[in-house]
This record gives sequence, structure tokens and C-alpha cells, in this order.
Amino acid sequence: MDAIKRYLRSPPAVIGLVLLVVVLAMALSAGWLFPRDPLSLAGRPLQWPMANPRFWLGTDNSGRDIAAQIFYGARISLLIGLVATLVSIVIGIVIGALAGYYGGRTDTVLMRLTEAFQTLPNFLLLLVLVAVFGSNIATVTIAIGVVSWPAPARLTRAEFLSLRNREFVQAARTLGMRDLRLIFGEILPNALPPVIVYASVVMAVAILLESALAFLRLSDPNVASWGNVIGLGRDVLRSEWYVSAIPGLAILVTVLAVSLVGQGLNDAFNPRLKGR
Amino acid sequence: MSAILTLESLSVTLPPGADRPHALEDVSFSVKANEIVCVVGESGSGKSMTANAVMRLLPAGVVLDRGRVLFEGRDLAQADEAAMRAVRGAGMAMIFQEPMTALNPLRTVGDQIGEMFSIHTDMDRPAIRARVLDLLDEVRIPEPAQAAKAYPHELSGGQRQRAMIAMALALDPKVLIADEPTTALDVTTQAQILALIRDLQRRKGTAVMFITHDFGVVAEIADRVVVMQHGRVVEQGPAGDILNRPQHPYTRELIAAVPRLTAPAPRKLTDATILSIDGVSKTYRNGGFLGRGARVTHAVRNVSLALPKGATLGIVGESGSGKSTLARCILRLIDPDSGAIVLDGKDLAKLPGSEMRAETKNIQMVFQDPFASLNPRRKAGDLVAQGLMVHGTPRAAALARARELFALVGLDPASAERYPHEFSGGQRQRIGLARALALEPKVLIADEPVSALDVSVQAQVLTLLARLRTQLDLSIVFITHDLRVAAQICDLVAVMKDGEVVETGPVARVFGHPQHAYTRALLASIPGRDFIAGRQAASA
Repeated sequence: MDAIKRYLRSPPAVIGLVLLVVVLAMALSAGWLFPRDPLSLAGRPLQWPMANPRFWLGTDNSGRDIAAQIFYGARISLLIGLVATLVSIVIGIVIGALAGYYGGRTDTVLMRLTEAFQTLPNFLLLLVLVAVFGSNIATVTIAIGVVSWPAPARLTRAEFLSLRNREFVQAARTLGMRDLRLIFGEILPNALPPVIVYASVVMAVAILLESALAFLRLSDPNVASWGNVIGLGRDVLRSEWYVSAIPGLAILVTVLAVSLVGQGLNDAFNPRLKGR
Repeated sequence: MSAILTLESLSVTLPPGADRPHALEDVSFSVKANEIVCVVGESGSGKSMTANAVMRLLPAGVVLDRGRVLFEGRDLAQADEAAMRAVRGAGMAMIFQEPMTALNPLRTVGDQIGEMFSIHTDMDRPAIRARVLDLLDEVRIPEPAQAAKAYPHELSGGQRQRAMIAMALALDPKVLIADEPTTALDVTTQAQILALIRDLQRRKGTAVMFITHDFGVVAEIADRVVVMQHGRVVEQGPAGDILNRPQHPYTRELIAAVPRLTAPAPRKLTDATILSIDGVSKTYRNGGFLGRGARVTHAVRNVSLALPKGATLGIVGESGSGKSTLARCILRLIDPDSGAIVLDGKDLAKLPGSEMRAETKNIQMVFQDPFASLNPRRKAGDLVAQGLMVHGTPRAAALARARELFALVGLDPASAERYPHEFSGGQRQRIGLARALALEPKVLIADEPVSALDVSVQAQVLTLLARLRTQLDLSIVFITHDLRVAAQICDLVAVMKDGEVVETGPVARVFGHPQHAYTRALLASIPGRDFIAGRQAASA
């Protein structure tokens, strides 16, 4: 409860939360505000924002309503962000926990694997995965999760290294607990706060990765995502720049919101570190 | 002689939300030249805060709001930061409890002592170097030239504390403030450091304000005593008066809680052995590549001990003697390299993991640190019930049993719903005890269970342990560095040094007629032993 109070006392954290709620509201209200398919042709292509009262954010070069795509795109971006983060955090926690708890050879093997993943630029790896497994929305999301687990794994490992020899863990061992119960029941809850905070960074990066893929037209073209609109707008960037700029702004706001919330969570969980 | 340092009705306010409004209330006492004033109290009494207030080194949010600190006639409570900087180090110096954290790990000891001169004087480098060596010689560090070039981690705890004292005395301060300077040290080192402080103080005529929680240390070193409780001075006077004729009930309580050295009347022991340790060894190897340059530490060397059923076996020794490693070997928290640990006919050292897990219900452990040994994210009741649930008791039944155990160890069963941080240190240690007893073990291993507690709480926990062992017919292995505590509770005692047992036998014989030189050295180092002995004679 103290953590919530501390969170609400920080203005940037509250702003982040408000922005995130706005994006969430956009995602939830999309179907109600824009009952038509956002990818269907709506009117004359490349109408400027505010030029036509029906399309208050204008239309893109295929004549689709940009506002509708932004609202539906919020769903995709949040969904990709959440699912990819979940995938990467779960992989990261399992690998980090096993490496940190068992140490020795297990640790060496798992950490070399982690380093192998870390030395590859994750965007290149993502391109390879998408090229091999295709680019529908599910594979793209999982691929993003799969390329972002090394950092959470290292973080979890570091927490486990410092926690595994604490007396409360030894005490639980003397009670006859199995290793898995020790790892996930006793140590993990104590190791989780920094990992949760880091999850916000992973989420922001996941949203950016999807947009970058879409910009290269390698994301799923059958969904309305912000990246797809930017990718489409690339062709008319010099004349009708708003086609790329509007979804760009949406990404900026979402990523900013997520990282402000993450920073706020960090300060709320670790009040003593604040101000350093 | 007039006082050098005088505190006049000093009050220090804590930030809102702390457990009490004032850290210090109306504290008045003085320190004269060439005398040692001991400030005694339990944790939370405000004794360290007094030292910090005098040095004006208060934590953020803590404010010195009333009273005066007169140092050579000047009021430090009103002095500005520049004036304070000139006073700190040169006029008043301080030594701390933990010399490892008080020294900068990245700079040599000689460098750090020399810094005192480069800040406060205009001596040149060779002169500073010579002065540093003199100082290290004065605090009797072996091979001062080597020590000056060493980094803090290369020195032992006692040597580090000597280096700290050398640094504090560098500029011949009028007042030396020592904040529990020997608490983190072993008992033999403690005796040496106390003798050193006393000797230096006599020679230089320094006024010493010595903060401690241990009345043994007070008896050893104090000229005058100030007893503090909850931020107030409850009693002060000459050491002899306070120690022998304490007036305030709190002082009497504190002095009565100092454990005596002689054992209570021996209990009858059975011949049946419940736990026998046979030739157990544990060696650590670290560093080195393919065996080259590796460091080998013999933590436990060929230790054999037997614990009769219903008895309490004390394992005493200083830090690094291997006593905690031995305890962890018995429970297989660490796998011993060789030897047998036979509990009720079963060799624990050879059991595979799953059988060892089942065997944990017969042998349990109580840990040293009441703060680190309880998972902060579980409720107290859960912590106690956990062991039962692991061994197959349904949750509801285990929680009900946990409440009974709370009552058994003297806690309110309703407090089972609270989290560990809501309990005091002594209460937490009771939770740890309840957790260990939940499985109804035959043998309890207690690793320094009272050393993190204040003396009055220590006495309560020891009484509880003594009651429970008869009530539950427990056999206990009791590990401690404090011989006074061992004398209180143990039937048998084994003295360990460098991983080996040097002497073992009934406690009255080992402490009354020690055979080994090391045991004798340990006994001779107990602070305030004459005072304790005198008190025993008086009450006998």
C-alpha cells in the first residue's frame, strides 16, 4: 500500500499512467467509434487532417481512415507489447533462475547461451526469425519475445545469486523443500520487483520492434498496426508527411507512457534509491 | 579537572513517521580529559545517535533541535559546517563498529591515515610517511611498513580496527568517540583492542566517549558510566557505583541480564547418543587455473563429537573456526568431504537428496540473523506452517498447529497473520524457533541464535530454550562465540580453532579447569570477567 502511495506522489509516474489509460481507452473504444473495418477503403486517398469532417486525421495513400487505424492500432501495439513482454520475461526468469540458483556448470552453459543471443543485434535476429517463420501477427509477437529475453535473464540471475545463500533460503531448505519450490516459491517473489520494473523497458522496445518491422513491410499486413501506416506513408513522406507522423506520435506517446510507468514503479518499489 | 565535552539538555527530533518523536530527549552529561565515559544502552536507546549528534553527523531528516554541545567552551550545536570540519578529526575523532566499511577499500591504509595530515596540516610527504609509520607502531600493528602499504581487505579485523584507531589519533584529538569499536571483533581481539584504547588514552590524556551495549566491556574500561534508554539518560555516575550499586531499575535489569560464566548445576545426562559426528572434514578450494595458485581452506578438519540424548552440546570458537560450517554440514546444507554424521542410527552424510529431505523432520536449525532468516514476503504463520506442509500436513491443520507453536514460544497466536518486519528481533527469533520446532525434531541445531539480540532479550530467549528442551526432550547443538552464553545453557562444550576441536568435555570442567592453551586464552579474554566473578561471589 505504501508503494501505491509513493507511486501516486510522483507527477511523471502519474502522467505516464494517465497516458497509458488513454491508449488503453483508444484500444477498447475502437470497435465502437469505428464500426467499419479499418483496412477498408473509406474515401479519397491523401486527404489532410481536418480537411474532411468525416476523417479528422485524414486518409492514407490507399484511402483508408487514419484515425480508425490509429485506434485499432492501439490494440495491436498493446497486445504485441504485453504478449511479447510476457514471453521474454517468462523465458528470462526461468533461465536466469536456474542459472543463478544452481550455479557452476548449469550457470556456465546457460550464460554462454544468453551471451550468444546478446551478441547478435536483436533486430537482425528478429528479421531472420520472421523470414523463416513468416509474418503473421502471432509469429511476429512470439519472435519479438524470443529475441528480448537475455536482459531479463541476466537480471534474474543476479538477483538469485544474491538471494540464494540468504538464511531464509537455507531455512527453507532445512525444512526439506524441493529445489523447484525453493526457486519459484521462496526466492522468486523476492527477486521479482526489479524484473517487473525492467518489463516496462522490454514492453517499450517490443512496441518499437514491431513498428520497425512494419516500416520494412515485414509485419503482418492484414492487421491495422501503427507500423504499417508509417510504412505506407514512407512513399509520400515529403508531400503528405502526416501519414507517417500521426502514427509516429502515437508510438512516441505509448512508449513514453510505458517507460514513465516503469520508472514510477521502480521508485515506488525502491524508495531508498530515489534521488540518486 | 573541567569537562572538555559537555552535552546540555540535548534533544534530537526524528522525522515524522518514526517509532518515536525524539531520538534523544534532554540528554546531559560531560566528558573530562583523561577519562573514559561509557555510554551504555540496548539497541534503540539513542547511544549511537548521541555520538552522531556530537559530531553533527546526523542522518537526513533528523534534526538537533534543542540543547548545547560544548566542546572546549564552544557550542557545536550552533557551529557552521566549516567550523565543524576543523573540529572533526583534529579536535574530536571517531572510530566505528565495522572497520571494513569505515575504510575506503580502494586505497592503502597508509594513504588513508596520511590523508588526515594532508587535510589538517601542511606537513610534506616524507614527514607524513614517517608520522604514519610512527602511528601504526603506536597502535602495535605488526610490521608497520607492510601494513601501511596494505589495502583494508588484506588486514585482519583486529588490524583494521588498529588502523582506524591510528587514523583517529593521528592529530592528537582532545576527544575520541568510539562507537561499539569491538562489537564486530572476536573476543581475544576485543581484549587486545580494549587494552590498546585504555593504554593510549592514559598516555595521551585523551577524553574518550565509548559507546557499547556490553556491561562486560563497561566493567573492563569505564571510569564513568551513562546509562541510556529510549533516548533518555536514566542513570549516570562513577563506574564502581553504577556497576555495584545500580539505582535505576533498568540499569539493574541490564546488569542482571549479563550472563554469568559459571554453569548452573550439571544435569544428569543419558548414555544413549542421538547424534554422532565422526571424522567430518570440509575443504574449500577457490581460484587458480588447473590447480595452480589455488587457495585451500580447511574449514572443518576431522571433527568427531557425540551428542547424548537430551543434552546440549555447545560448540564455541571465534570467527573462522569452522563452527558454522560444521553446523551446515550436519544438516547437509553443505556436503562434507568425508566423515559420517549419524542421527539415530542413520548416516546423514550418505543419504541421497530425497531421503535427506524426509530426514529433515528429525533435525532442524535455528539461524543467527533474525532479520535475514525469515522470508519477508510470507506471513509469520505461513513461515511456521511451511515445514509441516512440505511434509504432507494439509494447510488448515498446519496453520492451526502454527498457532499452537506461537503460544509455545511465547508469541500471541493472533500475530500469525503479520509479516516478519512487524516483529522485534527477539520475537523474530521466536518465530524461527517455532518454525524449527514445528516438525517435532529430535535434534535442534542452533547457530548463534542469540548473538544478534540485546542482552535482556538474549536472556529471555535462553530461558525459553532451556524450558523447551526439557518440555520437548530436545537434544541441542548450540553454536556460539560467546562463552558466557555457552556456560548458561550447555551441558557439554567443544572448543574449535581453525577447523579443529581442541578441547571438549562437560562445561564446568572445560571452563573451570581448561586444559588447552587456546581455551585459557578465550576465557581470559572475556570482557569484565573479574566483575562477573565478583558478582557471582557476592550473590553466592
